[in-house]
Amino acid sequence: MPFIPHTEKDTREMLAAIGAESIADLFDEIPPELMIDHLEHVPEAMSEMEISRLMRHRARMDGSPLCFIGAGAYEHHIPTAVWDIATRGEFYSAYTPYQAEASQGTLQVIYEYQTMITELTGLDVSNASLYDGASALAEASLMAVRANRRVKTGRILLAPGVNPVYEQVAAAIAGAQGLTFERLPQDPASGNVDFDQLPQGREPVAVVVQQPSFAGTLDDTDRLTDWAHAQGAVLIGVVNPTSLAILLPPGQWGKDGADIAIGEGQPLGVPMSSGGPYFGFMTCKQKHVRQMPGRIVGRTTDLDDNPGFALTLQAREQHIRRSKATSNICTNQGLMVTAATIYMSLLGYDGLVNIANTSHGNTTSLADGLCDIDGISRLYDGPFFHEVALKLDRPVAALLAALAERDILGGFDLTPIVGLDALLVCATETKTEADINAYIAAFADVMSADNA
Amino acid sequence: MSDLPGDLLYTEEHEWLRREDDASVTIGITDHAQEAIGDLVYVELPEVGSDIDAAGEMAVVESVKAASDVYAPISGNIVAVNEALADDPEKINSDAYGDGWIVRMQPSETIDEGSMMTPDAYQEFLDTLDH
Repeated sequence: MPFIPHTEKDTREMLAAIGAESIADLFDEIPPELMIDHLEHVPEAMSEMEISRLMRHRARMDGSPLCFIGAGAYEHHIPTAVWDIATRGEFYSAYTPYQAEASQGTLQVIYEYQTMITELTGLDVSNASLYDGASALAEASLMAVRANRRVKTGRILLAPGVNPVYEQVAAAIAGAQGLTFERLPQDPASGNVDFDQLPQGREPVAVVVQQPSFAGTLDDTDRLTDWAHAQGAVLIGVVNPTSLAILLPPGQWGKDGADIAIGEGQPLGVPMSSGGPYFGFMTCKQKHVRQMPGRIVGRTTDLDDNPGFALTLQAREQHIRRSKATSNICTNQGLMVTAATIYMSLLGYDGLVNIANTSHGNTTSLADGLCDIDGISRLYDGPFFHEVALKLDRPVAALLAALAERDILGGFDLTPIVGLDALLVCATETKTEADINAYIAAFADVMSADNA
Repeated sequence: MSDLPGDLLYTEEHEWLRREDDASVTIGITDHAQEAIGDLVYVELPEVGSDIDAAGEMAVVESVKAASDVYAPISGNIVAVNEALADDPEKINSDAYGDGWIVRMQPSETIDEGSMMTPDAYQEFLDTLDH
């Protein structure tokens, strides 16, 4: 849909209609001492030529290294058609499609997106997306409090495998609203929840489990889901959408399934782009739909019985309900969601299964090859998806620096998180056998250079 | 405007109250209120057993176009909520003074009837709104 700005005449007419002299008059009620005319550390506006040049320069700084880092953002092949279609004029805006009469294409894309995400997660309803995976955990935590009013503790228990950055973001957003986040005990051998040490009587309002875990392991989600429900808690699953092609969807965990599933949508056709923009997804059981933040697009029929699409759940958003809104995060990541929908459509079910299996196979080859090197072993036993934690016999940072000199991003340094010399590596379907072998050889090389 | 039941008290917030034999008070929103809000799609009810102060948030009624708070007209304890509204919020549209009741409260203090309206007074109040 086209977005046509007002002409000067339109603006004059509208101001005249409400009796205002100028647009500045509309902001009269803001006290002058609160107005600032410049922001420190924010440079002056640039021309298109200047900004293009700066951005090209910044992009070149990324180079084109061979990347084996996952840790929350994953390099997947994105078919060229995805962004060719997503950047067509009809889609190229994240603007909220409030006007159904002018937004049928955008609304249908979101509707298809919701359908695909609910199929992947095995839950009943999906919203139209959130900012990213980390803020989605904050939103899910706040939603759990609304959905589970009987529990007043505001206590959220996190499985050991929940991304530590997600915890920081959730605590930053939801902490001021009285929520506290605590970790469940970890079994050092598996890296997963230690079921023998689970706390009793903590009255959690929600339990969060991430599958696959941040360290790549697979937790016993069935048992954790049932335990959470026995504690009277809502179970929030944090999931990787690619993995759901081959792993049990959260809606089927345990006897009753997860109540809410969220995650980072970036693996579905969104480039890593140095950290964003990405999008978060969120699905839940039907019974919690009124507590879900954001909006839902529904399919309906018009007066002439033609199918059509409209926003069906938005009355609780901030533009209608203000401070009582279920969330004040309202902007959906429309363009990213459009790309994800096209990505999933082009791949289809078999395509997604293929990518998941190939990524798992590649990471298995990588882990096997690396563990043949003296001084490297698996940090945790048990199965993994497309990411695996390795224990090293020496500090990781220097090895990663040496690999970077060979244009290889060798993985994510887990040392500060686990308190051991440990490295998290990931090889998606984008890595060929030659890439993997080159990485293993390079690693062996920098290890022996380090020994010398 | 439909007839206003004679045995109820009314508020300027368009709520009605009925004193029950056991000294509890049944509360709902008036026919005028449901008409203004439109077709209801969801009602968020308070928890049975919770204490609410007068003018505190008691329930949320959500229509296809807006979500509105319903404020408690009196202070007291919630002794019952109309669970049927969970599946059928339109009961408020079809029968605001009967099946569409929202909560029953046990008042924690004497109800100040002076601050409420009789059916006639409420009708007059509604007439002033029409102009």
